[in-house]
Order: sequence, then C-alpha cells, then structure tokens
Amino acid sequence: MTDTANRGAAAPGADEAVVMSGVHKWFGAFHVLRDINLTVKRGERIVVCGPSGSGKSTLIRCINRLEEHQRGRIVVDGIELTQDVKRIEQIRREVGMVFQQFNLFPHLTVLENCTLAPIWVRKMPRRQAEELALRLLERVRIPEQAQKYPGQLSGGQQQRVAIARSLCMNPKIMLFDEPTSALDPEMVKEVLDTMVSLAKEGMTMLCVTHEMGFARQIADRVIFMDSGQIVEENAPEAFFTNPQQERTKLFLGQILA
Amino acid sequence: MPMSHVADTRAGEAAAELKPPALERSRVAAQLASLVSSPTNIVLTLLALAIAYAALVPAVRFLVVDAVWTGVDREACLASTAGRPVGACWPFVFNRIGFFVYGQYPIAERWRVNVTALIAMVLIAWALAPSLPRRGIAVFLFFVPFPIVAFLLLTGSTALGLEPVPTNLWGGVLVTVTISLLGMVVSLPLGTVLALGRRSSMPIVRLVCVVLIEVIRGVPLIALLFMANRMLPLFLSPGMQPDSLLRVIVGVCLFASASMAEVIRGGLQALPKGQYEAAQSLGLGYWPMMLLIILPQALKLVIPGIVNTFISLFKDTTLVTIVGIFDFLTAVEVSANVPQWSSPVTSVTGYAFAAMFYFACCYAMSRYSLAMERRLATESR
Repeated sequence: MTDTANRGAAAPGADEAVVMSGVHKWFGAFHVLRDINLTVKRGERIVVCGPSGSGKSTLIRCINRLEEHQRGRIVVDGIELTQDVKRIEQIRREVGMVFQQFNLFPHLTVLENCTLAPIWVRKMPRRQAEELALRLLERVRIPEQAQKYPGQLSGGQQQRVAIARSLCMNPKIMLFDEPTSALDPEMVKEVLDTMVSLAKEGMTMLCVTHEMGFARQIADRVIFMDSGQIVEENAPEAFFTNPQQERTKLFLGQILA
Repeated sequence: MPMSHVADTRAGEAAAELKPPALERSRVAAQLASLVSSPTNIVLTLLALAIAYAALVPAVRFLVVDAVWTGVDREACLASTAGRPVGACWPFVFNRIGFFVYGQYPIAERWRVNVTALIAMVLIAWALAPSLPRRGIAVFLFFVPFPIVAFLLLTGSTALGLEPVPTNLWGGVLVTVTISLLGMVVSLPLGTVLALGRRSSMPIVRLVCVVLIEVIRGVPLIALLFMANRMLPLFLSPGMQPDSLLRVIVGVCLFASASMAEVIRGGLQALPKGQYEAAQSLGLGYWPMMLLIILPQALKLVIPGIVNTFISLFKDTTLVTIVGIFDFLTAVEVSANVPQWSSPVTSVTGYAFAAMFYFACCYAMSRYSLAMERRLATESR
C-alpha cells in the first residue's frame, strides 16, 4: 500500500483504486444514482454520508457489483466492471466488504468463516489459511473466539470477525456499509477502533457511516449524497466547519445537533 | 419458562434474601387438575375417555386378547374351531412373511436380497449415526459402489454365477423399499438442482425448471405412473422397452423430485439476502457459494419438509400396484385371498400388520429427523 506522501505521484491510472464516471442506476422507475463521478486514489479513505435513501449504500455496493449500474463506467483496481462474471469475481477478490448486519455464516465457526474464502477462492492450503485467519483474528483482538459460532458472540465481536474475514482475502480496497449502525452503543467503539487501525495502515477505504468523529479522525475526504447525487465533497475539517451547500448544512445541523 | 420472580430486585435489602419461589406443581399435575377443574371440563374429560375406551379396547381385544397365535391354515382362525370369537389371525402373517418380504423372488436366491439389505442397513446406519467416525466413507460407499453391487445381486448376473431374477418376480417389502430408497436418493439432489434452477438468473434454465416442476407436481402420481407404464412404450421402439419396475421408479423419482424442489425452494427463500451477498463479496463463485454457504443452511431449515416428502413418498409407493407392480401392501392383499388362509379375519389381520409396518418405518424417519434437527440446532448455537 502507498502512504499519503506519494499519492498522486505515480502514473495516471495505476494510482486509482476506483473510478466511477457518469454512473446511473434505477430501482424500477426510482432513479437511485444520478451521474456519479468519483475517483478514489489508492490509500485514500473516503467517508460517504447522507440522509437515508440518498443512494450511499447503493453507491458502494456498485463497486463490488452487489448492485449493477445501468449507465456509465466503473473501473476497480484497473478492471472495468462488465457483465463478465470472471471480471466480477476477480474484482470481488480484491474488494472486501463489511455489512451493517455482519452477515457472518452462522453454520460455520469463526475460524471457518475466515478461512472459507482463502481456501476456496485463493486455493490456499488449509493450514496456511488457518494461520492467516488466527493472525487477523488477533489483529481484531478476538483470537480466543476462533472456535465459537457467530451466534455465541456479541454484535461488536461479530462485526470484528466480519472485518477479519474480509481481511483474510488480503483485499486492496475495503467497503464498509454502515458497519456500526446495528450495534449497541457500547460496542461501536471497539469496531471503530479496528477500522481506525486499518486506516492507519494505509488501506483504501470507502465507508458509509454517520460516525462523524470517525470521519474527522481518519477520512481524507467526506462525500455528502442526497437524492442519488454527490452534493458536496471536501476534506473533513472544511466539510464540517464550512459546508458549502444548503442541503449539507441542513443535514449536518440534524445529525450534529 | 421459569417464572420471572428472579428478576424482582427492586428492594435492595430483600434481594439478597430472596429465595427462588416454591417448586411449582409439576406440569403433569397441573394439567391433570385442569381436566376436572370445571363442569364443562369434567364432561369433556369423560367424553374423551369414552372415545378412547371405544377405540382402544376393541383394538387391543382384536390384536392381542382374542388373537390366534398358532396354527397351520385357515382352520385355526375360524370361530367354529376355536370355540370363541377370534381376533387377529397371526399364523397367517407368520406363514406368509416370506412372501410379504420377497414376493415371488425364488426362495433359493433370497439370500441375495438379505445380503443387499444387510449392506444397505450397515451403510445407512454408519452414514446417519452422528457418533460414528468417517461417515463420509459410508456416504461414498452407499452412493457409488453400493448401487452397482445391489443391482448385480438383485437382478443377477450370469458372469458372476448369479441366476438372473427378472423384476416381475420381485415383490413385497423388497419392491417397496427399492422404490422408496431410490426415490429418496434421487429426489434430494434432483430436487435441489430443480430448486436452484427455478431461482436461477438465466431465463431458459428457469423456464425449463418451472415447467418441469409445475407439470409433474400438477399431475397425480397415479397418472404419472400410468404414463410411465402405458404411454412410454408407445414412444419407444419395441427393442428398447425399459423394465416395468424401472419405469415406475422413474415416475416416482420425478414426482418426488418436483415436491422436493418446492420444499427446498422454501428454504432458499427463507435465507437472508445478506448470506448471498457476503459469499459473493468474498469472491465465491456460484457453485461454491451454493454448496458451502447457501444449501447447508437452506436444507437444515427445511428438514421437516424434506422428511415429510420422504414419508409421503414411502406411503405413496403403495400406488404402484395399479400398474401391476407387486409391492408390500399388494403382497399382503394377495395373500389374504389364498384359499389356505381365507377366513373372515385374514384380510383385517393383513391390513393391521401392513399398517404397523408402515407406521414403524415412518415413525422411525420422523424421530431421526427430530434428533437431527436438535443436533444441528445446538451445533450452530
């Protein structure tokens, strides 16, 4: 991974983790994404916020093709997303995702949750995959839970397992879709701490969240969406202290009040 | 659920001294008390007892008290010979049990059926018992070499020195179990494939699966059996007429697969979308996602439905008699009409025995599925 210093210095293209240009998407007749143009550089941390229904989740779900965009181009890690299943799977291997509802596999132990993709997608030997998984479980500070089933863990622990599961694929980009919204308040911090440490290690991150403290602390850019459009984007300090758009001011007034 | 007195800690000083509430009367005692707790309940209780008495006493009388236990032919089971009212004619069952089990399978060759059954039972028990080691081997043996061995043993092979036994001599439990077992073994995977196909994103695959499922499910099994038995020969050249037992097995398998597909589809739909998305986001392709993530959970959800389909299938095999296949129930019926045993109680005895047989098999399946549900439920908790 690159560090902040040499971002933007490399050849054009190679330095971009995600490029979205002129992306549109509809759910039936509902125009959920309107002309999205967004470039995410390698190592960049982006926080996406906006009112509910503004299309922010759909935006990041388009990046690993959980949602299909209908117009425009999306290039992830130098690969353009098309109907080609091979390409889609190739991109998904490099893009980790953490969901609001954790989506751990309840019939597998924590360790099996983590080793499944390395073994079946990366074709890693089981022993090696287990070592990797234990290392990453240690990193999210729950190695002692490896043999338990997800249902035996608290929400915060489950979400940390979900992060470790994604990291086991050694992704180049991590997507977070409201990772703390389903958690009890006292568990939010442990998950955010994990994300902060990940950010400090230089992971490229796109994070849909309303945790403004988190955004201030680690985001390089904050993107505000409303009605399917990117209304405003700015560095966090400027975004919070000096929002340019009326809608942004209104939104910030509501969530920071 | 225990009563919630334990949670009552409002009074700080009392909390330490609070003891659990006195033992409730056991549930059985409470239930018994409620039987006579009001005039209406007393009347209902008496009514229920009367019905139970009216049903149970004659049954026990017929099956045990008045039953005839020894004899060599119909004479033993006649009221005139016994000098008392007679109930079930058990010597009939003892005498004809071989026919019930094997049909007209040649007596000298019946050991082949026994050997096949023994292998099947050992493999099935090994594969299904959670405590036994290396169950994967049992499953492999059951699905790959066993069908070949069973086929050679049962139908015979001149090369191996086993006298060929045409399937029209097969009968009884042998036929019932063969049809049911093949139906179960085929319908689970085929039903799974049809269910997946029905939910596929590929329109042609989906269309084919929907048409297959709906057409087969929309036709009574009897009609399907008739079609397999009478219409199939019209389409095929006289040289390649499939065996009539095989035709029926194909019909039963298709029918069971269509029901199974709908049961499994229910399980697939009950899984949260997040499971699919999590698997996809990790880069798993369609088949690894289905085999490792989706199906293990979906099938577990619908175990009751799967076993229900198996039980229906097992009982539905009695319909094959209509196309001239000699299943267990037919063997019982035919035996009741042989002159040697013909008496007023013979056929009732036969049906009672058949009912016990079907009940024992279905109840065993039901109990196994309950045990499996419990085990799988604790596994992921």
